[in-house]
Amino acid sequence: MQSSSPPLPLSQAAATIVPRSNHTFHSLPLAPSKPINLRFCGLRREAFGFSHSPCFTHNQQQHRVHPRAARSSTNKIYASLGANGSPPKSFDYDLIIIGAGVGGHGAAMHAVEKGLKTAIIEGDVIGGTCVNRGCVPSKALLAVSGRMRELQTEHHMKALGLQVAAAGYNRQGVADHANNLATRIRNNLTNSLKAVGADILTGVATILGPQKVKYGKDNIVTAKDIIIATGSVPFVPKGIEVDGKTVITSDHALKLEFVPDWMAIVGSGYIGLEFSDVYTALGSEVTFIEALDQLMPGFDPEIGKLAQRVLINPRKIDYYTGVFASKITPAKDGKPVTIELIDAKTKEHKNTLEVDAALIATGRAPFTNGLGLENINVVTQRGFVPVDERMRVIDTDGNLVPHLYCIGDANGKMMLAHAASAQGISVVEQVTGRDHVLNHLGVPAACFTHPEISMVGLTEPQAREKAELEGFEVSIAKISFKANTKALAENEGEGLAKLIYRPDNGEILGVHIIGLHAADLIHEASNAIALGTRIQDIKFAVHAHPTLSEVLDELYKLAKVIGHVPSPVSEAVAV
Amino acid sequence: MAHLLRTTFLPSSASLRRNPRGNAYTSIHIPGNRVRPCPVQVQAKIREIFMPALSSTMTEGKIVSWVKSEGDQLSKGESVVVVESDKADMDVETFYDGYLAAIMVDEGGVAAVGSAIALLAETEEEIVEAKSKATSSSAAPPAAAASSSSASTGGAEKPQPEKFAEAPIAAAPPKSVVAASAVHPASAGHPASEGGKRAVASPYAKKLAKELKVELHTVVGSGPMGRIVAKDVEAAAASSDSAAKQPGPAMAATPAGIQFGSVVPFTTMQGAVSRNMVESLAVPTFRVGYTITTDALDALYKKIKSKGVTMTALLAKATALALVKHPVVNASCRDGNSFTYNGSINIAVAVAMDGGLITPVLQDADKVDIYSLSRKWKELVDKARAKQLQPQEYNTGTFTLSNLGMFGVDRFDAILPPGTGAIMAVGASQPSVVATKDGQIGMKNQMQVNVTADHRIIYGADLASFLQTMAKIIEDPKDLTF
Repeated sequence: MQSSSPPLPLSQAAATIVPRSNHTFHSLPLAPSKPINLRFCGLRREAFGFSHSPCFTHNQQQHRVHPRAARSSTNKIYASLGANGSPPKSFDYDLIIIGAGVGGHGAAMHAVEKGLKTAIIEGDVIGGTCVNRGCVPSKALLAVSGRMRELQTEHHMKALGLQVAAAGYNRQGVADHANNLATRIRNNLTNSLKAVGADILTGVATILGPQKVKYGKDNIVTAKDIIIATGSVPFVPKGIEVDGKTVITSDHALKLEFVPDWMAIVGSGYIGLEFSDVYTALGSEVTFIEALDQLMPGFDPEIGKLAQRVLINPRKIDYYTGVFASKITPAKDGKPVTIELIDAKTKEHKNTLEVDAALIATGRAPFTNGLGLENINVVTQRGFVPVDERMRVIDTDGNLVPHLYCIGDANGKMMLAHAASAQGISVVEQVTGRDHVLNHLGVPAACFTHPEISMVGLTEPQAREKAELEGFEVSIAKISFKANTKALAENEGEGLAKLIYRPDNGEILGVHIIGLHAADLIHEASNAIALGTRIQDIKFAVHAHPTLSEVLDELYKLAKVIGHVPSPVSEAVAV
Repeated sequence: MAHLLRTTFLPSSASLRRNPRGNAYTSIHIPGNRVRPCPVQVQAKIREIFMPALSSTMTEGKIVSWVKSEGDQLSKGESVVVVESDKADMDVETFYDGYLAAIMVDEGGVAAVGSAIALLAETEEEIVEAKSKATSSSAAPPAAAASSSSASTGGAEKPQPEKFAEAPIAAAPPKSVVAASAVHPASAGHPASEGGKRAVASPYAKKLAKELKVELHTVVGSGPMGRIVAKDVEAAAASSDSAAKQPGPAMAATPAGIQFGSVVPFTTMQGAVSRNMVESLAVPTFRVGYTITTDALDALYKKIKSKGVTMTALLAKATALALVKHPVVNASCRDGNSFTYNGSINIAVAVAMDGGLITPVLQDADKVDIYSLSRKWKELVDKARAKQLQPQEYNTGTFTLSNLGMFGVDRFDAILPPGTGAIMAVGASQPSVVATKDGQIGMKNQMQVNVTADHRIIYGADLASFLQTMAKIIEDPKDLTF
């Protein structure tokens, strides 16, 4: 029944293929004013208000047919800003994107498709964090660690009837795999931009004034609209000295220059968890240092509990929670790395660790310095560029800055590569004449440990809080991977899928999965949320047997929606 | 590690993961089944945790893992054990305080629904009592020792209100106990603020220490900066009372006959031997041989044989006395960087078994008198035959003897078992024609011994002087009997 409804424009965003991100931002020191950020990826409530009505009047086809019309209809010039003289009358480009990460790339590709003359400015390498220092190379390492882990678990192999001699690895070979993958994906991105005809301008960009950007030494270009997509860098709390060898960030860890016997990982979010998976598979022992009272603070508590049982307890990992690493000194003169731990609340000294290496995975900080935001009267908030729900930049006085948008990690709404790309596409939709607000609750996130963890929407505590506030009921459906034939065939029955929904109308509030290929399974749920599909409808969709996707099938069938007979068309899907 | 488990996770009592395929979507509201302890059972200060019925079709459950260990203090709402039924895994929680006194069904074990899987004590003092109870009642698994009602193992769907632990609860004494944290091993706490005295141990070493019940501060670290690493804990565990599973009591029976042309996989023991042998290739060894006259020893043996003394015990004793004077030969090299001087002289003696080999250990062979040593040896051999050797009885050797003399072998060479410094291959003692110092030709009983040693720590001169001492002791064996 879904296929009978016309494709919603938003589905472009959901279906855009972008490299996935493992990066999120959950560091305590950076987000004290927004407790909701701590829960999961900086989800904000205001992003929830997704309006469907404007979507149905246009569809992609129309835009393709009339790209010029779309452009001209919004081709107004804002001459009211006098700060830096009047803006130019004609522009070099329709759209300039500062930063060629996944967000900028997604925006550029969509802009060209919409017929905009587009340039993308990059001061470093194409691909940004995700491709060069984040999700992409880390997936290469995780692919290795997953196999190592499999080969090392003798009883698991034996249960399948396999015999494997002692598995080993070559460090340089593993590192090369990660590096080669990054190079390959980077080339793919570069080629795709060139192929569609987007201009790639090289140099560090500074905004000189409205619609005017300087890049490199002194090249000045103008554009009708500008998107800031400068991304983020690893956040290093003060007191920690990063030397790039024994005290490292994810940037260095991905190069896999050495595999320490004992590594402390500061921060137990996605980044820390994934690296613990990589390094323990390669033989390191790991100590987590987490400022909050529990590990994996971003996850749904029940998922976190199982994750701890599967990903932490049986491995060579121990941890300290409720402590800050107040001082970390790199190894020097034969001395090990020393880490001073203080109580997160009382600030009393609690312990000193001596380890072989420390990985700082305390989240990521926006990379917005030197952007020239002062030229347009914009002040960052802890480095983040303030934006509204349409990614329009807000200046010091609370007014929107015309023609200036900020997407991705630099705005801090949801620090995920695919979220940045979706935001970019949303902005391009707006500048080409169609109002669009991205529903961040429909953006999935995944952690590529073994097994994987994925989620979309609200966690159970968040859903219950919202339910209390808005006066509706929340129901939970849960299913174990042990009940799934394919999972058992793979001998990977460890896992849990959890559906949080409204029993009164069948709305999906959140889905959380830990288990084999969870990252690939989540999209059925995220698409349902993004498209507003209700449980009573999706439960009739057919899943191939035997597949892991039946986990979700079972979940929908377990859910009990009261008072709503399944209807072929729910109110969310207009025909 | 108890502190590690004290997370702030919600005590999600409904963590049952259902399987709708087999279960026809019946939802089981476990929390509703919680039954408070019967006041009738006030006398029971030690109580049982029963295998809960997780579904209507469940007749037995498998223990996936014990979240808590024996001796751990439990408080309300904490998970104690994870149970796997035919359909789901779930946490069994306690909602009273107490101590997990005894685990009656180990991880991986299966128990019928309603049978006791663990005992809970109200106070620390009762843990011992509970343990003895556990051993006495474990013979009859479904028997309910503390409860007056007998368990009906098959009747899962039948409500059992008289049981206080039916669903995901672990009944515990209702009174909470003070005097808590003493049970936590030192490894679990933050060892800070003790200056240089605190134990620095790697995460896995800590985990192992907890598992093998080794006190970390008693372990000498061999890692960087004296850090305690996993193998140190393993070594400590081996020399104390508990160790990981190795060949021995649980070895598989040898197949009755050999079928030619067939490929027979290794038994557990043979697998372990194979691994050890391959591992030994990493050690640079060398060999030194010596011929020892045994007339005096043979005479002594004849004299005290009637008192139950065996030649093996005599050789072990002689070796141990020689080792006292040459501690380096009793040492081992664990990390390639240091000598580990062993505190005691434990002589392992290789014994052929059906389809394998085992090395029962004569502990403190230098200190124990020859008669006790002989008795101990008999006992070990009997146990080995019955496959009842405990790990510390076969894997704590610091020096190994291998004797093939009874087959008439006059000389051979042995492979050094990993983790030890030296092994001595003993050939048969046989009459030889020798030239004596006074220029005559005579006949003497002589045997050849050949020592294989780890050259990283034991050098040629060390072995030579050790063998010289050894020869002196055997040729003048009065010290052997004290």
